[in-house]
Amino acid sequence: MTKCGVSVLTTGDEDEVSSCYEEHEWGKNRVKGREKEREKKKRGNARKKGASRAGRGDEELEERAERGEKGRRRRKRDNHDGKGRERDEEEQAEEKSGRAQEERDTEEGDAKRKKKNESAKREEKKEDGGKRAVKEKANAVKTKKHKKKSSEEEDVEEEEEEEKEKELRPESLSPEELEKLKEAVDEKKKLIQTLRGKPWPMKKKLSTLRESQEFLEKYEGALGKGKGRRLYAYKVMMTKKWMKFQRDFENFKTACIPWEMKIKEIESHFGSSVASYFIFLRWMYGINMILFGLTFGLVMVPEALMGRPYGSMPRKTVPRADEASAMDFAVLWDFGGYAQYSVLFYGYYNNQRAIGWLKFRMPLSYFLVGVGTVAYSYMVVIRTMARNANESGGGDDNSFNFSWKMFTSWDYLIGNPETADNKFASITTSFKEAILEEQESRKDDNIHLTRFLRVLANFLVMCCLAGSGYLIYFVVRRSQKFALDGLDNHSWWERNEVNMVMSLLGMFCPMLFDVISTLENYHPRIALQWQLGRIFALFLGNLYTFIIALMDEINLKRKEEEIVKFNMTVWEASLYNGTVPENSTAPPVTIHPADVPRGPCWETMVGQEFVRLIISDTMTTYITLLIGDFLRAVLVRFLNYCWCWDLEAGFPSYSEFDVSGNVLGLIFNQGMIWMGAFYAPCLPALNVLRLHVSMYLQCWAVMCCNVPQERVFKASGSNNFYMAMLLVILFLSTLPAIYTIVTIPPSFDCGPFSGKSRMFDVIQETLESDFPAWFSKVFSYASNPGLVLPFLLLMVLAIYYLQSTSKSFKEANVELKKKLQMARKAMTQAAEQQSNNNASPQAQKGEARSFLWWSEIGSSGIHGKKKKKKETFRALCKDLNVLL
Amino acid sequence: MNGAGRHRRNFHSNASLWWENLLTRMGNKQTTFTEGQFESYQDCTFFTRKEILRLHGRYRELAPHLVPLDYTNDPDIKLPLALIITMPELKENPFRDRIVETFSEDGRGNLTFSDFVDMFSALSETSPRELKTVYAFKIYDFNRDNFICKEDLEKTLNKLTKGELTPEEVALVCDKAVEEADLDGDNKLSFADFENMISKAPDFLSNFHIRI
Repeated sequence: MTKCGVSVLTTGDEDEVSSCYEEHEWGKNRVKGREKEREKKKRGNARKKGASRAGRGDEELEERAERGEKGRRRRKRDNHDGKGRERDEEEQAEEKSGRAQEERDTEEGDAKRKKKNESAKREEKKEDGGKRAVKEKANAVKTKKHKKKSSEEEDVEEEEEEEKEKELRPESLSPEELEKLKEAVDEKKKLIQTLRGKPWPMKKKLSTLRESQEFLEKYEGALGKGKGRRLYAYKVMMTKKWMKFQRDFENFKTACIPWEMKIKEIESHFGSSVASYFIFLRWMYGINMILFGLTFGLVMVPEALMGRPYGSMPRKTVPRADEASAMDFAVLWDFGGYAQYSVLFYGYYNNQRAIGWLKFRMPLSYFLVGVGTVAYSYMVVIRTMARNANESGGGDDNSFNFSWKMFTSWDYLIGNPETADNKFASITTSFKEAILEEQESRKDDNIHLTRFLRVLANFLVMCCLAGSGYLIYFVVRRSQKFALDGLDNHSWWERNEVNMVMSLLGMFCPMLFDVISTLENYHPRIALQWQLGRIFALFLGNLYTFIIALMDEINLKRKEEEIVKFNMTVWEASLYNGTVPENSTAPPVTIHPADVPRGPCWETMVGQEFVRLIISDTMTTYITLLIGDFLRAVLVRFLNYCWCWDLEAGFPSYSEFDVSGNVLGLIFNQGMIWMGAFYAPCLPALNVLRLHVSMYLQCWAVMCCNVPQERVFKASGSNNFYMAMLLVILFLSTLPAIYTIVTIPPSFDCGPFSGKSRMFDVIQETLESDFPAWFSKVFSYASNPGLVLPFLLLMVLAIYYLQSTSKSFKEANVELKKKLQMARKAMTQAAEQQSNNNASPQAQKGEARSFLWWSEIGSSGIHGKKKKKKETFRALCKDLNVLL
Repeated sequence: MNGAGRHRRNFHSNASLWWENLLTRMGNKQTTFTEGQFESYQDCTFFTRKEILRLHGRYRELAPHLVPLDYTNDPDIKLPLALIITMPELKENPFRDRIVETFSEDGRGNLTFSDFVDMFSALSETSPRELKTVYAFKIYDFNRDNFICKEDLEKTLNKLTKGELTPEEVALVCDKAVEEADLDGDNKLSFADFENMISKAPDFLSNFHIRI
């Protein structure tokens, strides 16, 4: 192998440099192949031989083409194009002409003999160094130019000469030569990295891989000199190790992805749109896992292990009045009693600055985890959106209607006959619709009626929304009244009214909307969008009414707190006055923490509300699933034996899986988690549990009681739509949470921030006491509005700039497209002319081609820039997150 | 390498695969591929170890008596098209024959294990748009003349709709499709035309994708 390397170094001819190695390998292959053939010949199986020869011919052709391509690529830098191509042609000619078996055999013999002779020569050459080789090579190239007769012998000589020059040690290399070798090595490395994306048959990929790896092994060590050499070898080793580690990590990661087979099964039964829901669910599960890890590891466990134990202080003890019922199931189910006074809720946490032997800063950790949860969620959602946007192509371009339908409408994931039939049918109808639209735009039969119906439908929907909003507000106010009376005097329904009403509204209103939307007579896709928008509005409205009602309640609680605070001082005073009249140094009376009067702790109340909401929501989902899907399926299946019409094909039938509704449900559920997680650290854990169960339950339900959708909509386009919804929900749900954190003072006797005027004071406190003085000074300067405002302004300007550039790129794109169409027109005209007067349109065609090429380059450049822009935008978004 | 263990292996279950993988790594003798083979397969495809093992299981499942468990010495075994298209992943696909043919070395649909892996690698979720475009072009090019002509389009359309469109409709759709995508005016789609058309298709990546 040293031979090759040296020729790389000595020749100085780019062309030879690049292809030398392959040449050599190729030569070897050829020899091998010939040997094989000879064997076959000996066997005397004429037919087989012919076939294998043909096959080999193909192989060689391919190989050559490949080599030629590579060479050409590299040659671009030099202007040796012509030469290279000549050489290729030469070889081609050689291979085509000189095919006679006997000839080749003798020739091969010759070659071997000559090689033996050569070995002696090589020894000499080693001492000669590079210069002579360069000359030789130049000669060789010259001679090659002359040799155009493509006779076998000459070719062999050429090979010989090349081989001669390949015999030199890498030690005696000049820097430029090293540089070139390095380049070759880098190129090989790149080849290995990009190999998987090459559209070659596997055999070729494997052999190329082997060759490149051998090459690398041989020459990687030769790079670098003296001191640098060791470092280089070390670097190479480390990169190898790093790659190996990365791959192992990748393997590990795929091994950790759960439910792969389940999802695959669903995919093959229902196509990609239903599966996309489950993939979304899994993604959500992953996010919640991380949120859960954060809260569990940094908040709940430290407090449980290192904080003061249960019963040591009032906030950690069930009050005397509730003690009797604190362990009742009904109370625990409502997250009262012992559940309320545990790490699950905000109120349990102590405001001790550092806990345990680790001196863990509990309040700070609590605050930072709350902020981190939100920041992480923003980051993940935005990153996913950006990736999705990158993946989906141009999108809403309508110029390729038919060809897209033709080439991209079949869902390769489908593996179930029924789904396949549905898909065939839907594709056929979509084609028919497209043909109809193409032939004539359908006229509206009665535009006034449809308009009226649409307005009516929207009016009805608005009524529904307003009604549901009012209902929730009413119910929440009523429940406050009940709460003031004391919960024990009321029935189960009255206690759980709010959550039940919200869940029921979420269940039945979408159905109502569905019925209403039949009035509108929209195209199904547009109808789906309307439906989604309406459900979104409904959920959002409900959530916000709930929050507003909650705010009222918070205000009530705070008033109550004032009174309690006042009473408390009175109580304390009376305590001291009564027992220790004159001596204040005597130990104070020990009162059991359960007897100490305490404030209402609005934070825990908020957390409890959210937890209850989540629980009831989960229950409703599961029960709907069981009744609506499973029971229906059972009835349809078994009553069908004794019914007067076909239940399976007729009216009730099996239910379809409602992708959009389920995705929306998931999104809103997540929104509630984000909203409530600050006040109830147990929420992410609950959500993980819920998602886990619903994964199994829904997988089972969809396989056993649902039928594939009749009209299958595309899933890809809507992916980012759902993501955008998630982002909106994330924003809307962090808004109230942040509002409460920033504006409302924390309760005086519960939670990690008790005793502070605002929750975020914990940051200030840490800065003052845990960091050196200069740091807090710097921080106070940095948070000075004089500095923050210009920074914000700068960011806004940057966003504006990027947006305007992207707009201009878009315009340029449109312009190019127009030109393209013009060129096409010109071309077709030219073709017509040619058919008319037999003139050659070649020139025009060529022109148009080159134009096409240019425009393509232009657009690719634009794409590249766009990507850059996106990246910067993403970075900006991250910055924003950090700032928030 | 005990026989009982061999037969007990169930490639469908994730957990068993995972454990098996772990055991192999810990020095258990149950090897299907050598470390080097794994590396080279991972270099050449978009799969991880687990997926390659799973693929081998699927491949072997098609003809258990033909395909050995032990692939360490690269046995030269090919499975014919008729066997491969019985896979549930391909069974319902109207273009199943073309897919298998495209990825076979001889163009007649006989796949070695390497080709099999290559096929699912190109169709996997992670493979890039460019690669998918190349293979999609090959798949839709029924007569393999490196152009998608009207004839190919008609075949594609008939497979997609199970022949439920009338000949006039088929002709209209084909004409329209060519008119839309053909940039150089030769009334058939070259690869450049195809690439240009498909690069903007919103559904291409999500639909041209088989999960194994």
